[in-house]
Amino acid sequence: MRIIVNGSSRDTAAQDLASVLAELGLGGAVVATALNGQFVPSSARGATRITEGDRLEVLAPMQGG
Amino acid sequence: MREQSATDSGVGGMLSAASMLKLYGVGLRSRLLLGTSRYPSPAILTEAIRSSGVEVVTVSLRRESSGERAGQGFWSIIRELGVRVLPNTAGCHSVKEAVTTAQMAREVFGTSWVKLEVIGDDDTLQPEVFGLVEAARILAAEGFEVFPYTTEDLSVADRLLDAGCRVLMPWGAPIGSGRGLNNLFALKALRARFPDVPLIIDAGLGVPSHAAQALELGFDAVLINTAVAEAAHPAQMAAAFARAVEAGLAARLAGPMEPRDMAVPSTPVVGKAFLG
Repeated sequence: MRIIVNGSSRDTAAQDLASVLAELGLGGAVVATALNGQFVPSSARGATRITEGDRLEVLAPMQGG
Repeated sequence: MREQSATDSGVGGMLSAASMLKLYGVGLRSRLLLGTSRYPSPAILTEAIRSSGVEVVTVSLRRESSGERAGQGFWSIIRELGVRVLPNTAGCHSVKEAVTTAQMAREVFGTSWVKLEVIGDDDTLQPEVFGLVEAARILAAEGFEVFPYTTEDLSVADRLLDAGCRVLMPWGAPIGSGRGLNNLFALKALRARFPDVPLIIDAGLGVPSHAAQALELGFDAVLINTAVAEAAHPAQMAAAFARAVEAGLAARLAGPMEPRDMAVPSTPVVGKAFLG
């Protein structure tokens, strides 16, 4: 299944958002997620199903003004 | 405390009582808030934070790549410094983007504070005040403690307070422009109109004298980023800004004289010898 992760197309075997993060090697990282423009709290990632064409944003702390 | 006269108590007592800044119930000694962007290196950022004694730094959220994991490294640096973070929604142009970014920031940074930016125009980075008010209302209802990056407009300030904001962050000048307090008349009016609301000048200051001026006018604090990060020696500049806000606050409490149009002799005229 193809999804868009941070703007780039990607093949995934994962069925839920937590598994996508694990695939990316960001399972234990300090990140926040949004699926198709909606915030998904970390507690809801395991129960959030992924479907073809989903847009996932994975954001982390960064310098800011 | 702002209107307390110099005769009420000694200057030292006044400063210690009045020098605590309260933002959403959090007491802060430093009147300087520092951005963390555009420094030459993480080491120099760390040095700037330490040398200025700031207690609050602004941070942001950006896409994390699984290879670089840049965000994880940055976050460990900030956590080690033990400062409070104020996450921003920089770069957001719509209410939805800003609200979603704030929700993500609250989870990542573990704080309800958010510096709310809804940007209207890429050239001036002018706040888009209609979206700002709407986003502030949504976020305040969700329990956020909103620090809106706004203009000096009085009606917008009113709306932001109605929306639930308890702090306002008016711009001094466009972000990164280093021009200082661009619209003194309107900023003074804002201060006078909302004497009890913490007002933080955010954006556009270039040198420490701008920061001192903001405090002299009664603004409660300033937020600086580019002026420190792009100085030849950022840590020295951060320390200079820290001293400037202290001087500005002390001057405000000391009660500055009113400017006059004509000269007034400072040396007494009475008793002057007649030598003509």
